[in-house]
Amino acid sequence: MAQTEKAQKAQKTERKPELRAISNSKPNPSKDELIQFYRNMLLIRRFEEKAAQLYGMGLIGGFCHLYIGQEAVVTGITAVQDQDKDSVVTTYRDHAHMLACDMDPRMVMAELTGRIDGYSRGKGGSMHMFSKEKRFFGGHGIVGASASIGTGLGFAHKYKEDGGVAIVYNGDGGSNQGQVYECYNMASLWKLPILYVIENNKYAMGTSTTRHAAGELYKRGEGFGIPGEQVDGQDIFEVQRAAKQALDHVREGKGPYILEFMTYRYRGHSMSDPANYRTKEEVSSWKEERDPIDKVKRFMIEEKDMSEEKDIKPIDKEIKAIIKETEEFAKDSPLPDESELWTDVLIEVE
Amino acid sequence: MPINVLMPALSPTMTEGTLAKWIKKEGDMVNPGDVIAEIETDKATMEVEAADEGKLGKLLIAEGAENIAVNTPIAVLLEEGESADDIDVSAAPITPSIDESQSEPDVAYTSSNSTATQAAGADIENRDILYAQGAVIEPPKFDEAVFMDETYECTVREALRDAMAEEMRRDDLVHVLGEEVAEYQGAYKVTQGLLDEFGAKRVIDTPITEHGFAGMAVGAAMNGLKPIVEFMTFNFAMQAIDHIINSAAKTLYMAGGQLGCPIVFRGPNGAASRVGAQHSQCYASWYAHVPGLKVVAPWNSADAKGLLKAAIRDPNPVLVLENEMIYGQTFEAPKDEDYIIPIGRAKVEKEGSDVTIVAFSIMVGKSLEAAENLAEQGIDAEVINLRTIRPLDRWTILESLKKTNRIVTVEEGWPFAGIGAEIAALCMEHGFDHMDAPVVRVHAADVPLPYASNLEALALPQIDEIVRAAKEVCYR
Repeated sequence: MAQTEKAQKAQKTERKPELRAISNSKPNPSKDELIQFYRNMLLIRRFEEKAAQLYGMGLIGGFCHLYIGQEAVVTGITAVQDQDKDSVVTTYRDHAHMLACDMDPRMVMAELTGRIDGYSRGKGGSMHMFSKEKRFFGGHGIVGASASIGTGLGFAHKYKEDGGVAIVYNGDGGSNQGQVYECYNMASLWKLPILYVIENNKYAMGTSTTRHAAGELYKRGEGFGIPGEQVDGQDIFEVQRAAKQALDHVREGKGPYILEFMTYRYRGHSMSDPANYRTKEEVSSWKEERDPIDKVKRFMIEEKDMSEEKDIKPIDKEIKAIIKETEEFAKDSPLPDESELWTDVLIEVE
Repeated sequence: MPINVLMPALSPTMTEGTLAKWIKKEGDMVNPGDVIAEIETDKATMEVEAADEGKLGKLLIAEGAENIAVNTPIAVLLEEGESADDIDVSAAPITPSIDESQSEPDVAYTSSNSTATQAAGADIENRDILYAQGAVIEPPKFDEAVFMDETYECTVREALRDAMAEEMRRDDLVHVLGEEVAEYQGAYKVTQGLLDEFGAKRVIDTPITEHGFAGMAVGAAMNGLKPIVEFMTFNFAMQAIDHIINSAAKTLYMAGGQLGCPIVFRGPNGAASRVGAQHSQCYASWYAHVPGLKVVAPWNSADAKGLLKAAIRDPNPVLVLENEMIYGQTFEAPKDEDYIIPIGRAKVEKEGSDVTIVAFSIMVGKSLEAAENLAEQGIDAEVINLRTIRPLDRWTILESLKKTNRIVTVEEGWPFAGIGAEIAALCMEHGFDHMDAPVVRVHAADVPLPYASNLEALALPQIDEIVRAAKEVCYR
């Protein structure tokens, strides 16, 4: 009981329910940091645009969910997580999370094209990719499942006492799944080291948060004593600040934390979604006024006196080359051998 | 080189579309992400975005043109330093730079029938692959007799507890979680004493939250632990079946072999006594349906200990379907801590020559009683205890069929697509020439289990039904 009161007190002091306007942040990133932000976000965007193109050419099949517009969220969080210890799990909109985890873009794209050099040897596809080495645990196609699996990742971190935190991504739509609350309950009860990230891109699939969610998502841990904060997900400096603060809280053994990032996907839910549930004006206002990559670029030039020619163009060029290589790799890699049909169903027991 | 902008496929099923509108004009500069046109697909009007930067050198398809095939060039994009003169219009239409033989996935599917002549074919040594291809192969040999020199008497409940305790002593990563497993000592007292020995870190009471804790345990298994999840009964595991199937069973395959899930899901399965339909279902055929899972169903104490220990040591997700009605029955079990029953190997509990009775779990005991009854009537029945439901020991069943030429299956579950149905199919496919009578299935009545004692008894398989079925296939 005492613990619960303590947790509630902690929640009251640490929750910042206000959505901070962009102008409120007073970031002071280094030039190197800015270059990393710009580069990593641009890699995601160009990768996704290339994925869209390859989808259009029939080289990528099935569902393909793009992250364009949301780049600051995963990039800002990854910048402050412990790359050697923390684990990550997300939903099916997962390409960016893999790139952020430093997985090889060529192998991610080769998985999208269903080829043998993909991370899952062509057997997983866009929604199901993993890297044990990078502690990226998928890529899950069932909405809400990442919350439970991620809670298990956190459970294992605590059990093994390895100092890692599970960073568990879900969307605004997934936040309505019952298992999310089953897990909030256990995670808070057992003080598991978990950062729950809600990427609120406003439209579960095509149903807006105003029509699918009662109340605010960052407050949904309140009854369990989990602090939450709503953050501008288009502002990478804010993402970084909030993620750092939340991760500090979790690493101190105080239990889970919820961060809700207000963000926006420029594309439809998946490639075949014309996104008729929102207006063109709404889309263009997010693109033109709040684009996360533009914001960093402007900051570099206006606040840090960095040069478009000297500092930014070389990154653009580097990314362009990476994407070209990625595309070629993903096209040239062969289809899986027929024998692959039968492998990896079970681990063989000697 | 000028870049061709191609008619995109914007849904998994789209093969052609209408170019509804050009948003950009010839001569316009475009950047990646800029909307250049609108097309109508088989489902909706969609925007086409540029993937490269450059100048729109030429529009190749007029606004309003219909039935434009996917991958037809619709415009040409000029890169820095290029002009419209560089456009070689005669080059259009082009196909994307992919080898035709690679773009057709049919090769992967035409060969997916269950013959063992597949790609790696005769060279395949992996038992699981051969099994998946439908092969009948002898499971790993198991000399059970050597373990029976030193035994102790224990209930099935104690055997299960001993299996967990031994494996928890052996491996710190093994832990058990579920409702009432710790302080309450188990709803059916299977985990009795574990909390005292291993502490609250490794014997964990969960909230009543099957979906959440099953998914959590799957995540923990992926991240290096070896959880034993106790379901108070498997009826409640339906809340968790998404994680058992979608997360535990499929991830290894979807991860190209990278990410295993060493987890055990265990608990009582099937009918208890007078608890009604929602608490009385057999899930053997449900889980046995799923590639990526193993399913075992112990009958006596030795089974319980040897199979649960095998399940805990197995690197794959294993379902252990127990039975509340036999928890309290006492049998001999080996003392040897290395008594591990190979998953996939059935046991001939009683040899016989006239008819084979194939059963699992509680029905093994009933079948043995039926065999005694049959012996009095001059019928020598062989009784097979399946022990494992998946991978089913096809070999032992067929070897027995060759000897007796008659098969009766017994299960507590419903008949439709049940384990008996699978065994009947096995006999059709691989044992047709050895059969002297059609397979007869003994099973639960195809109704939700009733509460009234007389109806419940009518609904569940009884010894006299097994006797009757055996006589039927013997034409007696």
